[in-house]
Amino acid sequence: MIRSTGTLARIGRLTGFVVLVIAAMVALGPLLWTLTTSLRTPAEAFTNPPQWIPLNPDFSNYGAVFDRIPIGRFFVNSVIVTGLIVVGQTITCTLSGYAFAMISFPGRSVIFAIFLATMMVPLQTIIIPVFVIIRYLGLSDSPFSLVISALGSAFGTFLMRQYFLQMPRELGEAARIDGAGHFQTFLMIYAKMAGPAIATLAILNFSGFWAEFYRPLIFLQSRDNFTLPLGLVGLQGNLGTGSISVVLAGVVLAILPSVVLFVFAQRYFIAGITAGASR
Amino acid sequence: MTAVTAEVRNTAVKRRRHPAAHGEAGFGFAMIGLAVLFVAVFTAIPIVASLGLSFFSWDVISTPEFVGLENYQRLFNDGPVLKSFGVTLGMAVAIVVLQLTIGLALAVLVNQRRRVWMRTAFRTAFYLPLLASTAAVSIFMGYLFDYKFGGVNYYLGLLGLPNVPWLTSGLGAATTIVLVAVWQQIGFTFVLFVASLMSVPTDVLEAAQIDGAGPLRTLFRIKVPLISPTILFAAVVALINAMQLFDQPYIMTKGGPGTATTTVTISMYQKGFQNLQFGYGSSIAIVLLAVILIITGLQFLAARKLVFYQ
Repeated sequence: MIRSTGTLARIGRLTGFVVLVIAAMVALGPLLWTLTTSLRTPAEAFTNPPQWIPLNPDFSNYGAVFDRIPIGRFFVNSVIVTGLIVVGQTITCTLSGYAFAMISFPGRSVIFAIFLATMMVPLQTIIIPVFVIIRYLGLSDSPFSLVISALGSAFGTFLMRQYFLQMPRELGEAARIDGAGHFQTFLMIYAKMAGPAIATLAILNFSGFWAEFYRPLIFLQSRDNFTLPLGLVGLQGNLGTGSISVVLAGVVLAILPSVVLFVFAQRYFIAGITAGASR
Repeated sequence: MTAVTAEVRNTAVKRRRHPAAHGEAGFGFAMIGLAVLFVAVFTAIPIVASLGLSFFSWDVISTPEFVGLENYQRLFNDGPVLKSFGVTLGMAVAIVVLQLTIGLALAVLVNQRRRVWMRTAFRTAFYLPLLASTAAVSIFMGYLFDYKFGGVNYYLGLLGLPNVPWLTSGLGAATTIVLVAVWQQIGFTFVLFVASLMSVPTDVLEAAQIDGAGPLRTLFRIKVPLISPTILFAAVVALINAMQLFDQPYIMTKGGPGTATTTVTISMYQKGFQNLQFGYGSSIAIVLLAVILIITGLQFLAARKLVFYQ
């Protein structure tokens, strides 16, 4: 790094630091407010100035969420939907990413080009036909409609392909000489080496589909099938402004799994963003 | 990219001659089978179907009726729907400009910090909002921007400013949604720019310093041109996302007051899923896709002059 020692430079650095601290406060403030307000009695929830540090935490709002809505049910629905999508996409994208990178077959570049093109198209453009297909499959109002329509991913395939392209071909050739079959070579050698890419894809999918609101809103009708984001919005609609502490307790419960995962797997979240950039 | 393809082709040719390569094509098809099936049924075919449906009138129950360009004629005479395109475009431009400038400023400032733990701490702070679902964010931000009781107006009051009708006036609601979207998305551009700035070679920066360039001059003459491909990428992604803005206005304002925050996707949701006009809804979706493609194309054209590839 370059060191600048002038007084002017020092003032500049100090100003920069102050700006960063203020920005961090703006970024974290609403989240902290949500947490502390979820720990206040409903009666004092809306008092100003906001209480930033919970001096007398009241956990009863968390119990109240479970009484007001089937949040346990929403949670289970979200876990099932997100879990199946993560597992399913890991399988389909690892297989296809490997094939597009390592195996030659007729039409490969054409099919891959079509995959890339579909990446450009926003979800809103395809949502009506997908809704119709779901209806024909008899999966209307089922959480599995969210799963089945998300099992294939052009982006996931692309991500895995990029990773496999960097791998040495000699390894596979050596395995083949030793008598390993096509699939054995893939599974025992390349898939094992792809661990970091698989983790990135899984974590991107987890945080993305855990937070999803648009497709559940359109695909699901009965409350028992709702996922967490959809259920929370329903909770907010059912209550008056008097019990925002209860709503916010639900919000905290919904955000918590992603935050916990982030604490343990920060680098994969960051890798996910930069991987998308290196197209 | 071309080198890689050439290399792949060479190996492919070699493999075809090798006896062990027998059955490789079949194996390749089997491996892509699942992905092709799901991408075809739930992405590729729906794109074509969406275009097809836009020429029909259909309420899901009765048989679809071919109406030609009627849906498109209706769209271009439908004041509220046309307005939703204007609303979306306006909010999207504001979001992209704010997200890029603030994200870049924060990334530059964080990269100047020498202590690693401090860089990690700031990165975590700016990333955390990205982890909450837009539904959760819309709920708590709705409370914070409340006219009477919200924390935002309380702190503005401390600064001697009057209460702002954040969610109850047209301009206020649009502004709130832009601010909330930028607040949540800033971590994305920030992380991208931090990674990109770290790849700027130190010898170039040192040379600039020896030549007497100050920090601002270094930023605009050296760093920004060197990371311009990343800036273009961030702008394209942010714009495509912002053009699809749905969750925040749907949850915070229901598209109101009036139609002030009715975005294109809300219009489409209303026509398609609430009024069950699947054909008309599809035509809105297709026009949205066309607008996104045109804007993205223009961005790349503009970038030809501005983006600097090493």
